[in-house]
Amino acid sequence: MNMLKIENLHARVEGREILKGLSLTVNAGEVHAIMGPNGAGKSTLGNVLSGRDGYEVTAGSVSYNGEDLLALEPEARAAAGVFLAFQYPVEIPGVNNTYFLRAALNAQRKVRGEKDLDSMQFLKLVREKLKVMQISDELLHRAVNEGFSGGEKKRNEIFQMAVLEPRLAILDETDSGLDIDALKQVAQGVNLLRSPERAFLMITHYQRLLDYVVPDFVHVLADGRIVESGDKSLALKLEEHGYAGIAERHPAGEAA
Amino acid sequence: MSQPATSPLLASLLDAPLPVSGIDWLDAARCENHNAFAAAGLPDTRVEAWKYTGLRALTQRSFASGDADAQSRVVDTSHFVLPGADGPRVVFVNGVFRADLSSIDALPPGLLLQPLSVALKENAEPLRFALSRHYREEGDAFARINAACADDGVMLRVATHAKIEVPIHLVFVGAAADADLAWHVRNVIEIGEGASLELVEHHLASGEQNHLATLVADIELREGARMRHTLLQNAAVGANLMRRSSFRLHARAHATLHALELGGALVRHDLRAQLLGDEARFDTRGVFMPHGRQHIDTQMAIRHEALNTVSTSVWRGVASDRARGVFRGAILVAPGADGSDASLSNKNLLLSTGAEIDTKPELEIHADEVKAAHGATVGQLDERSLFYLRSRGIPMVEARALLTAAFCRAVLDDLPNEALRDHLSTLLIEHLPA
Repeated sequence: MNMLKIENLHARVEGREILKGLSLTVNAGEVHAIMGPNGAGKSTLGNVLSGRDGYEVTAGSVSYNGEDLLALEPEARAAAGVFLAFQYPVEIPGVNNTYFLRAALNAQRKVRGEKDLDSMQFLKLVREKLKVMQISDELLHRAVNEGFSGGEKKRNEIFQMAVLEPRLAILDETDSGLDIDALKQVAQGVNLLRSPERAFLMITHYQRLLDYVVPDFVHVLADGRIVESGDKSLALKLEEHGYAGIAERHPAGEAA
Repeated sequence: MSQPATSPLLASLLDAPLPVSGIDWLDAARCENHNAFAAAGLPDTRVEAWKYTGLRALTQRSFASGDADAQSRVVDTSHFVLPGADGPRVVFVNGVFRADLSSIDALPPGLLLQPLSVALKENAEPLRFALSRHYREEGDAFARINAACADDGVMLRVATHAKIEVPIHLVFVGAAADADLAWHVRNVIEIGEGASLELVEHHLASGEQNHLATLVADIELREGARMRHTLLQNAAVGANLMRRSSFRLHARAHATLHALELGGALVRHDLRAQLLGDEARFDTRGVFMPHGRQHIDTQMAIRHEALNTVSTSVWRGVASDRARGVFRGAILVAPGADGSDASLSNKNLLLSTGAEIDTKPELEIHADEVKAAHGATVGQLDERSLFYLRSRGIPMVEARALLTAAFCRAVLDDLPNEALRDHLSTLLIEHLPA
């Protein structure tokens, strides 16, 4: 069974059609990169998959391990192993990072019929992950993303992913706004989490993340559809010729 | 301005016999306030201070006077045990002092703590200033009836330079009775020069009831006095609670108030502070969280009347269902109170479309080199934050509770009594609407 099977997905935001028949299949263990120009629908895809309000699916289907993903509430998707690393992580003053993450993990474990981790067990887990991710534990004592730099926010997303251990991780432009050191750290975090059971969907505008996280597949998203798929050499081609070439090869309305 | 004297409420309150103390000035003041109450009745919403709190429904009800059985009512003491408030305790049930539930036998040196009725018999004169007052403002109805009818309460005095280390716990229980009762409590508190005190004022319920209670407190801080005051209002959902707390702060005195307004059907707190001496300071932190059909109104008025005085106010309101919250924060910097610093923040959260919060910050400045900042907002939970939490697996209900608790956190954060702070934080979370 495919882990994720998106078929002919159409979605609207504020009455405007953004996704116009997107199809994509992802199997466990694979890393897929979704590239495309601004406005192509990249972030919409991530938001639809994670269940954000305000995105209306008008046609098509998304099946996740055989289950209708679109029928699930966001928290149920998370418990089923779907994780979205936000392009713009939200600052939540007053909610402690550690408390938040433990609440999240235990909520997911509850749905899966697993026992709660007590604070000692949780702290042990978190310390291990921090070490692996090379993140300072000072971050744990702060409120969720409050006062974090852009790089810290993105690293915090990857850290959360490491703790929650999702089966399908969607990274929405996690590379944007990062300097090269932060980019390397984020990439290293992702690489450490790569496993035969886990799949990644990396949504990105630029090729440079793919220098550090080498994808199995690269897809070009333009005007709401996947218009071209290939291996990592496709990303290099895009880097060379830009997205302009895509538009010429695939005028709007043409099926992929 | 007044309700007709025929309203059931007015008739039932006026019907109560006035207590007689045998102290001329006191009996005269009671009589005077009683007459004023009878003449003016209750304010309606045309009176500015009562604009958002209508009393019409209340005026149609009548209340029996006092509780003849208060001494014998069974109250589960575990109800009022509070972590972090394990010092001397004074308990009133339906306005009546209960020696059997109180513990005031072994008081620390420098602390005088006794029922007001006892203090009046022993030495009434020091109470004259507080108890001979005539309430003259238009909205003073409940203060008037309290001044006329209250014959007991707390008398607390801390001697000059005495540092009282243990928190004092004042407990006011509204207990179920056969009839709806009206009861009145009068508290007089004085912290002597350079003295300090921690006080926990606690309102709670023993069984379902729909009483009408009035509580009036005068709190005087002498020069350099320090007071930490925590207020936990957790009255019965049917209770009507009309309170007034008036602080007077002399030079370098510093009072801090942390308030949690959770219970009651119709709740009103007139919170007043006069910063009378140079460098006096008044800090308030509060949360009001009505749900169901509760109505909770806090009217805060702070007057800066001396040089370099400071006030900070941080209040949060959370209303759900069809509840109503009201907050007025009026700060006045009087002529001559140069160098004063006043800040006020009141943020409010509406958790359902039927809920309402009316907030009114007022700033009036008549002095020079004053720093003043005030702001008030009314909003809803942030959708982006909610989605962020849910996307990590936290269910909707829990995510809402987490964000609401976070919204209120600023209020309890700087409460130094850790055990009490933890307990109140937990209470607040338990009180969050599902």
